[in-house]
Amino acid sequence: MEVQTLKEEKVIFQKIERLTGGEAIVKCLLAEGVDVLYGYPGGAIMPIYDELYKYQDKIHHVLTRHEQGATHAAQGYARISGKVGVAMATSGPGATNLVTGIADAQIDSTPLVCITGQVASHLLGSDAFQETDIIGISTPVTKWNHQITKASEIPGIIAKAFYIARSGRPGPVLIDITKDAQFEEFDFEYKKCTGIRSYNPAPKIDLNAVSEAAELINKAKKPLIVWGQGIILSGAEKELKEIIEKADIPAAWTILGASAIPTSHPLNVGMVGMHGNYAPNVLTNDCDVLIAIGMRFDDRVTGNLKTYAKQAKVIHFEIDPSEIDKNVKADIAILGDAKASLRAILPMLNANSNPDWLQKFSDLYKIEYDKVIKEDLFPTKDGLTMAEVIKEINTYSKGDAAIVSDVGQHQMVACRYAEFNNTKSNITSGGLGTMGFALPAAIGAKMAAPDRDVVAIIGDGGFQMTIQELGTIFQTKVPIKIVVLNNEFLGMVRQWQELFFDRRYASTVMVNPDFVAIAKGYYIKAKKVTKREELKEAVAEMMASKDAYFLEVLVEKENNVFPMIPTGASVSDMRLS
Amino acid sequence: MEIEKHVYTVSVYTENNIGLLNRISAIFQRRHINVESIAASESEIENVFRWSLVVKTSEEKIKKIIGQIEKQIEVIKAYYHLDEETISLESALFKIKSELLFEKREIQNSIKDSNARIVTVNRDYFVLEKSGKRSEIDLLYRELYPFGILQFVRSGRISISKSPMPISSILAELHLEKHEQLETLSEIAF
Repeated sequence: MEVQTLKEEKVIFQKIERLTGGEAIVKCLLAEGVDVLYGYPGGAIMPIYDELYKYQDKIHHVLTRHEQGATHAAQGYARISGKVGVAMATSGPGATNLVTGIADAQIDSTPLVCITGQVASHLLGSDAFQETDIIGISTPVTKWNHQITKASEIPGIIAKAFYIARSGRPGPVLIDITKDAQFEEFDFEYKKCTGIRSYNPAPKIDLNAVSEAAELINKAKKPLIVWGQGIILSGAEKELKEIIEKADIPAAWTILGASAIPTSHPLNVGMVGMHGNYAPNVLTNDCDVLIAIGMRFDDRVTGNLKTYAKQAKVIHFEIDPSEIDKNVKADIAILGDAKASLRAILPMLNANSNPDWLQKFSDLYKIEYDKVIKEDLFPTKDGLTMAEVIKEINTYSKGDAAIVSDVGQHQMVACRYAEFNNTKSNITSGGLGTMGFALPAAIGAKMAAPDRDVVAIIGDGGFQMTIQELGTIFQTKVPIKIVVLNNEFLGMVRQWQELFFDRRYASTVMVNPDFVAIAKGYYIKAKKVTKREELKEAVAEMMASKDAYFLEVLVEKENNVFPMIPTGASVSDMRLS
Repeated sequence: MEIEKHVYTVSVYTENNIGLLNRISAIFQRRHINVESIAASESEIENVFRWSLVVKTSEEKIKKIIGQIEKQIEVIKAYYHLDEETISLESALFKIKSELLFEKREIQNSIKDSNARIVTVNRDYFVLEKSGKRSEIDLLYRELYPFGILQFVRSGRISISKSPMPISSILAELHLEKHEQLETLSEIAF
């Protein structure tokens, strides 16, 4: 979250101009610093597109091949840059196709502004061609939404949309604009939104609670930090690092918190949750103080709540009051922006050292290494593992690439094994688990961070959910690296069928096309690897490529992701096989 | 163990905005909680709306729901109260054939005993209005039912809390807090 400058109202376009609603939208986007947006034109949004055509030297509209791709690309853009992603679509099916990406952004707190065209206001409610009630449909999955029927509302509403999307706990906002409002002329003037009466984005930090928390942490013998995306969203990476180093606290991350602290940091003890690391999961039920920062105790993180960290005092740093006590009861809740809260607590913490406690993490890591990691990274069997592909990517990225993963086994493997030196480097669909996320999200990520290597890691199932975005990659020449880990199964579902449904592989076998031929059909450099000895060279070639590159790796068909906390089990009952 | 459920009146103060009804009701619907009644009107503050919803659920759930309601951008504040913490009433209208009013003494007695009011009367029908607790309206309904009710309608509950709901000062504070927050941030951090 950015700290809002509330005191001065910046007038961006001071001069009052006579504009159409369509042109006003484009000027509003420019005023908010939007340089790229993703979308798909259609009847009800044509006046805005007509204006985008005139402003194409200032604002880059990327034509995705499906509106879902537009939202995911905008998400990728937002997640790597911290800025608001913008997606645009026409009414009816254009708008409904945005919904999956919006729902994904809502649950993963990603700032998006989505703009949809709507039929002319006199047709509203008449079942006009391509009319749909997108306000009604999007209400439960947006932080805020609003329908504009008069051009004069545009500047105020768009300013509010950007403010709401990026402030506090970020989220998606949808603005629906009737076609007549896009044509209508009015006197345009733009003021940035700096506050809304009924909305308090960052609650005031209670310094008493902070000092109580500090006291608890100072007394703790076995403290454990679990951080989430809140660290990244508030830009508190430095503060978190200072705290863990000063107080010698082992720190684990949720999937969306990954990369906020470098993988190689000795106090980074890995990922919590269903397929996370063994030590932080098991020791969640051993710690005496659990310090949760900017995370929301998702069921995939906690396992069975009845047995989750019952022995520990829980301190919850959180910006969203509705998250406090939602899943896990907090003994001390510190409401507010993570960065400000951590800055407040840092001077109150004593320098400390917890060698015995940290040793427990090392011991359990060794068990995980021997039982799982070793065979994943250095397999003794013929079939390629997903992990050795990630390991090879690490070799060439040296931990500097941004990894955009889809959803499923490959996602868990990527998050477990990818090495990160820099924050905002792990872009994945966490809460919603949206297959098809990675390919378009990687497009947006690369456009927002053109100097970084962006590697999309995708399964053969998810790849085919948004495969058409290869067309966007070809048209925009965005040089992303695409790795499909092909096990010819919907691997995660198959794993569950194997473990919990007596190997009844109902509809999880994938009969796949020639992916390389498809990529080549889009004029994208492409290669397929089926043997271990080909892997290194292929990854090297991909990582060195200046253009987009597609790499398919045929991996072992029936490998499982371990460790695993089965649904309903306790974090401390994590299975290693 | 069965979790104890209570009847709660939820009072929500909001900005007047199209779509808020949808947003608020979706919060209940998503958690499979039936909204037993709903009423909306202007509040004591200009341009601030007030909603009264009645739901039956557990205290743990209602607390979380209040959090979700307050999270909505245009919601200023939400409260929940048990029946004994509020003064509340519902209104009902009964339409009955006029001839019964003159022929049936029991109806006249019921009107008198229940403090119901005759709103209108003409040759064909008369309309009776009764405001009060749900139990009083239910009693009158049961008494009139055997004679035949042409139409019956009951409003959602409206409710005033015994304890204060200081919305004006909350609004003033919200405004102030943002500025203070900035100052706190700059003291600690920048």
